[in-house]
Amino acid sequence: MTTVPETTPPVSERAASTDVLLDIDCLKMHFPIRRGLLRRKVGEVKAVDGVTLKIRRGETLGLVGESGCGKTTVGRCISRLYTPTGGRICFDGVDITSMSEKEFRPLRRNISVIFQDPYASLDPRQSAGSIVGEPLKVHKLVENKRDYNDWVERLFVKVGLDPNLMSRFPHEFSGGQRQRIGIARALAGEPKLIICDEPVSALDVSIQAQIINLLMDLREGASGLGYIFIAHDLSVVKHFSDRIAVMYLGRIVEITTPGELYDNPLHPYTRALLSAVCVPDPDLEATRERIVLEGEVPSPVNPPSGCTFHARCVNAIPECSKTVPVLKDLGNDHEVACLRVG
Amino acid sequence: MNALPTACEVRPAVELLRVDNLQTEFRVEEGVVRAVNGVSYTVDEREIVGIVGESGCGKSVSQLSVMQLVRNPGRIVGGEVWFEGHNLLKYRASSPQMREIRGAKISMIFQEPMTSLNPVLTIGRQLTESLELHLGMTKKEARARAAELLDSVGIPSAQSRLDDYPHQFSGGMRQRVMIAIGVACRPKMVIADEPTTALDCTTQAQLLELMLSSIEGCQGALVLVTHNLGVVARYAHRIYIMYAGRIVEQGLCRDIFYRPRHPYTIGLLKSVPRLDEERGRRLVPIDGTPPNLIDLPPTCAFLPRCAVAGERCRLEPWPELEPIDGEGHMARCYMMEATGE
Repeated sequence: MTTVPETTPPVSERAASTDVLLDIDCLKMHFPIRRGLLRRKVGEVKAVDGVTLKIRRGETLGLVGESGCGKTTVGRCISRLYTPTGGRICFDGVDITSMSEKEFRPLRRNISVIFQDPYASLDPRQSAGSIVGEPLKVHKLVENKRDYNDWVERLFVKVGLDPNLMSRFPHEFSGGQRQRIGIARALAGEPKLIICDEPVSALDVSIQAQIINLLMDLREGASGLGYIFIAHDLSVVKHFSDRIAVMYLGRIVEITTPGELYDNPLHPYTRALLSAVCVPDPDLEATRERIVLEGEVPSPVNPPSGCTFHARCVNAIPECSKTVPVLKDLGNDHEVACLRVG
Repeated sequence: MNALPTACEVRPAVELLRVDNLQTEFRVEEGVVRAVNGVSYTVDEREIVGIVGESGCGKSVSQLSVMQLVRNPGRIVGGEVWFEGHNLLKYRASSPQMREIRGAKISMIFQEPMTSLNPVLTIGRQLTESLELHLGMTKKEARARAAELLDSVGIPSAQSRLDDYPHQFSGGMRQRVMIAIGVACRPKMVIADEPTTALDCTTQAQLLELMLSSIEGCQGALVLVTHNLGVVARYAHRIYIMYAGRIVEQGLCRDIFYRPRHPYTIGLLKSVPRLDEERGRRLVPIDGTPPNLIDLPPTCAFLPRCAVAGERCRLEPWPELEPIDGEGHMARCYMMEATGE
C-alpha cells in the first residue's frame, strides 16, 4: 500500500491517472424468456444492450437510472455473478468475460459487492464475525486463527462497529449496522473495486449520511480503491461520484462529471431526470424547471428501434427512430448519445 | 403548469381539520409502543400540509388514526379529531358516520399500489364502488364517471381498461388508479402516505404533479406524509416534523427550511446530499439510531442523538411546543437559544 494522502486530492487529480482498471466494451446481457413445456426460447430481455465504459484506478463511477434500465445487471456482470452474452470486460488488463468460475476465483477478491438490502444479504445463521471473515478463509489470506481474529477485528473497527459484537447474529443489529457488516465483508479481500448496488436506499435518512461518509472515508484511506456506485437517487450519486453515467433501457445515454451533469445536462432524458429530483430548498424549487416525461419506460423485451428514448423525447426527429446513437465525446469529460447533440 | 397557490401567496385560512392531542398505542408483548404520543395539528381548506419523519416516527399511524383504520393491537387511547364540526373519534370505527367520511370526505392514497388495490376485483369495480355508495350513482353513471376518472389520470384507452385487474397494470399505472379512486368523490381532504416512494424518480415527478392537479381540481386539501424533504420543499405550505411519536417542530415551509430550530430538523437538513451543491461537502449525519418506542423515558427522545443537549434536557421531561418567530413556527426544545443562530 502506498502512503495515505492527508486530504482527498481534487477529483481531477484522483482521476487523472490514465491507468484504466476496468474496461468494458459493448457489454450485452440478454436474458432468455422461456415458455411452454419444452422451455423454448420465445424472446429476450435486453437488460444491457451495448454498454461501453472505462473506470480508472481509484475512480468512483456513479451509475444512475430508473428501475429496469440495467444498472444492476451491469454491476452483476462485472462481478461475474452473470456471464455476459456479448461484449468484453477487462479487469486490470485481464479479459474476464468468459473465464470459468475456477479461473476467476483468484481474481474475485479484487472485486467485491455491497448489496442494497442489509436484511437479505447477510446469512441469518452466521455470526457477524464469520460473515466478515469468510472471504479471508475462502481466499486463504490468513495463516492462523490469531491472524484471522486480528484481521476481522481491524475490519470491524474500520467500519465503526464494536469488535465485541463479533459473535452476534445479523438480527441483533440495526439496518445501518448491518450495512456496516456488509461493507466490512466487502473490504475483507482488500479489493481494488467495490460495486455498491443501492447501498443506502433501504436506510433511513439520518442513517444514510453515516454510511455515505463511511464509504468516502474508506476511499480516502485506501489509495487505488475505486467504486461503482449504483443508485437511482441522483443527489446521492452526484455527491459521491467522480463521474456519472446515466442509463436508459440498457444503454448509457450520457456520461460526465457531476458538475457538468448538473450545470450542462445534454441528453433530454438526463434533463428530465435532474428536474424530477426535488431539492430541499423552497425558494430554489419555486424557480426550477420541471420536465414531466410522457408515458413509461418501454419494455426491454421489445425496446423501441433507433434511440430507445425517441418515443418520449421532445426533441425527437424521424431519424431518431432509425439510427442508434453512439456516445460522442464532446470534450470536457462529457460524452452523450443523442443525434440532436454535438 | 402548476396552478396551485405557492407558499408565499396569502391564503384565506378556513380550518378544515383539527387534531388535538392524538394518542395511539400498540400493546405488544414487550410493553406499550406509544406510536403517536400527543400529536396536534390543523389542516386548512385547500392547504398542502407536509408531515415529515423517518420510519417509525408515527407519521403513518397518526394518519391512520384520523381515519380510524388502526388495526389490532393498535388502539387510539386519547385525543380529538375535529372535522366539519364533529369529533370523529366519538364515532366507532365501523359506524355509518365514519363510513360516510372515509372515501367521500377524506380519502387516502397509500404507499404501495400493489397491496392497496384488491387483486380479485376489476379496476372498474374498485372505482365505481365509492361512486355508487357515496354519490348514489347508478351502475351505468358510475361506470361512465369511472372511465372519465381513469382518463383524467392519464390511462390510455380508459374505457376498455375498466375491466382489467390490478396485475395487468404497471406500478406507476396502479398508483394512477389509486389517485383516481382517491379523488373520485371529490373529497375535502386527501391523505397521501408516501404516495410515490415505491416509484422511480421521473414517475414520481409525473405522479406528484398529477396528484396535485387532481386535488386542485376538486378543491381539496392535501396531507402529504413523506420522508423526502425535497418533496415537501417543493409542494407544502406548512410542515410538521415528527420524531418518536411527537411533533418536534412545525411552521411554514420557509421557516422550516431557512430557520429550523429543533436539533432534529437541523440534523435532517444537514444530513441529506443536495443536487444543487458543490461536490465534496461532507455530510453531517445524525449520530446513533432512532429510539425504541417501547417504554420511552419522559425526557426528550432525541436526547441520546442530540449535539446541543444541556443539563436541563437530561433532568426535565420533554418540553411542550414553544412558539418562535414566524407564523405558527414552534419547536419542542430547551436549547433553542443555542440553535438560534
